[in-house]
Amino acid sequence: MTTLTMSKALNEGLRRALEDDPKVLIMGEDVGRLGGVFRVTDGLQKDFGEQRVFNTPLAESGIVGTAVGLALRGYRPVCEIQFDGFVYPAYDQIVSQVAKIHYRSRGRVRLPIVIRIPYGGGIGAVEHHSESPEAYFVHTPGLKVVTCSNPRDAYWMIQQAIRADDPVIFFEPKSRYWEKGEVDTDGTLADAYPLFASRVVRRVPADRPARATLIAYGPTVRTALQAAQAAADEGRELEVIDLRSLSPLDLAPVYESVRRTGRAIVVHEASRTGGLGAEIASRITEECFYSLEAPVLRVAGFDIPYPPARLEDEFLPTLDRVLDAVDRSEKW
Amino acid sequence: MLDGQAALGGALDPPSAPASAGHETGEPEFVQLLTPEGERLTHPEYDVDVTDEELRGLYRDMVVVRRLDAEGTALQRQGELALWASLLGQEAAQVGSGRALRPQDMVFPSYREHGVLYCRGIDPIKPFGLFRGVEHGGLDPHEYKFNLYTIVVGAQALHATGYAMGVALDGKVGGDDGEAVIAYFGDGASAQGDVNEAFVWASVFQAPVVFFCQNNQYAISTPVERQTRRPLVHRAAGFGFPGIRVDGNDVLACYAVTRRALDEARHGQGPSLIEACTYRMGPHTTSDDPTRYRSASEVEAWQARDPILRLRRYLANHGLADEAFFAEVDEDAARQAVTLRERVLALPDPAPLDMFDHVYAGGSPDLDAQRAEFARYLAGFAAEDAQPAESSGGGRR
Repeated sequence: MTTLTMSKALNEGLRRALEDDPKVLIMGEDVGRLGGVFRVTDGLQKDFGEQRVFNTPLAESGIVGTAVGLALRGYRPVCEIQFDGFVYPAYDQIVSQVAKIHYRSRGRVRLPIVIRIPYGGGIGAVEHHSESPEAYFVHTPGLKVVTCSNPRDAYWMIQQAIRADDPVIFFEPKSRYWEKGEVDTDGTLADAYPLFASRVVRRVPADRPARATLIAYGPTVRTALQAAQAAADEGRELEVIDLRSLSPLDLAPVYESVRRTGRAIVVHEASRTGGLGAEIASRITEECFYSLEAPVLRVAGFDIPYPPARLEDEFLPTLDRVLDAVDRSEKW
Repeated sequence: MLDGQAALGGALDPPSAPASAGHETGEPEFVQLLTPEGERLTHPEYDVDVTDEELRGLYRDMVVVRRLDAEGTALQRQGELALWASLLGQEAAQVGSGRALRPQDMVFPSYREHGVLYCRGIDPIKPFGLFRGVEHGGLDPHEYKFNLYTIVVGAQALHATGYAMGVALDGKVGGDDGEAVIAYFGDGASAQGDVNEAFVWASVFQAPVVFFCQNNQYAISTPVERQTRRPLVHRAAGFGFPGIRVDGNDVLACYAVTRRALDEARHGQGPSLIEACTYRMGPHTTSDDPTRYRSASEVEAWQARDPILRLRRYLANHGLADEAFFAEVDEDAARQAVTLRERVLALPDPAPLDMFDHVYAGGSPDLDAQRAEFARYLAGFAAEDAQPAESSGGGRR
């Protein structure tokens, strides 16, 4: 076991992917000598050369569009989009090309492209640097969408995403880049937890009643865990599930939990309307209708553009807002 | 309109002579090896050495692709295709460049390159399946070295460039066996960010890609003057690679210029831009009505520069082909068209559940569940059909 920040865990995961497969390439703005603005690719160009780890011109559609061509040629490009709010120039290539070429070709072409996107708020950034655009991609058939919440997952999930034969949008919660955690870097990919699977990260022992199920992903997993700890300190037990995969969704563990707790609360930073919470609430309603004691609630960003940073603590889901939702659910 | 652009933009007075005239007027050089009257010209840099048999072959290619294309328009008019994007008038640009490709070269087409597709030896039914609505493309780009049609205008220029970067990474440039990549797009696409980004990428990575712009004067109804104030070929200089303008209705010139550009790319000399000045004689697609935005006299002027007619004149005037040959080519084309037509009409509709296939290479449990649910729904109808009296009215759940 090694203690790594998420940023370093991603870096180590990328390094291992580069070592394992000579077809893996890393491309994006400033990913070379600088190591990316978050240093996730730090040192990789030095060790793997400018052919495999290279800076691109500053144009996101060009990054993704040329990655399509490289993938057609047999490479496995890993593209870095510098910030969430800069992915939109590439959106056409992602939605119209990356997501559809396998389908268009009736399965004859595979596009094993990973598009890494640092996302989410909480770092006091200027406009366009704190967004959570995951729903746009989840709504696009042909893409797979995942997000890590801790260094261990980051290390394995990035390698699994690169190994996957489908295009994967890989969201990295930038507010968690510097958090440390234990990573078993001696493990093998074959033994790693499956990429497209959710994980119960706080399970209530069977002998105690669980009061609600918190469903979170990426940056809000920690928020949900803190809320569950605070509730436990008051004698109320909450279960927490880290979705990890947003497309496809793996909700079987959610249903299992909600059937016991009768209450579900989805927590995400993205704006509420049309967000992942809506889809998850709908599915829980379909699958757990007779178990529910209250409607599925959402704790999310408000339906406003991301506010100026001095207000982001009010915009983002917090421990208290999560517990408030638990209270509202219990009083329903 | 600037005087220097009159000849190229509206293209009503295209240069009838090569290089020298262009230099005098400030017009870009316009490579032409065969005049509309069928006169063979020489060019100091871009001459071409083709046998009589190859000349007759180019003629046959153009006649056949025009005839097959006409079948597309006819089938749409008869309700057998949802749409057809005709190449009429662009046969020389497509056959000339298509025949210039070497087997190892890779093509990235837009959605009108039926002539290039034909030259690549691909079953010409492929675009008919797309426009009939039975599939979205359905060919293996690796098998034919020809990518799927790309409908979003200009997107393929980036794919071609990335592919060419991969060719370079593979070390497949620098010799006669080097691989080159060609990206087809039009004057409309030249305004797209993706095309301009492709120019940037190709230039800074020195990718072995040839950008082949068929300037057919219109993006649906919008004339090229709304896409650019300067000749498109001039863009190349700004991006840092060579550009050459060619008479797009001259199959020999298109062949010569493309062959040279591809060979330079495969030898590691980087990208280039070819602007082939041609004219879309038909509508943008069968849904379009070009009489709303262009004059009959303009179309007539371009008819006089027909790509097939000029090669026919040359072949006839030089005794390289006789009436029997021309008649036989027409018969050959008609025969291929009849066969194609019959095969198009026989194209089966896909089965409903096929639409769930190939969304993901690695599968998706979510999608599997949707497919199973829809299969159950469909099966309900089958059950009803089997027992119409008893099961009707009871719902299918």
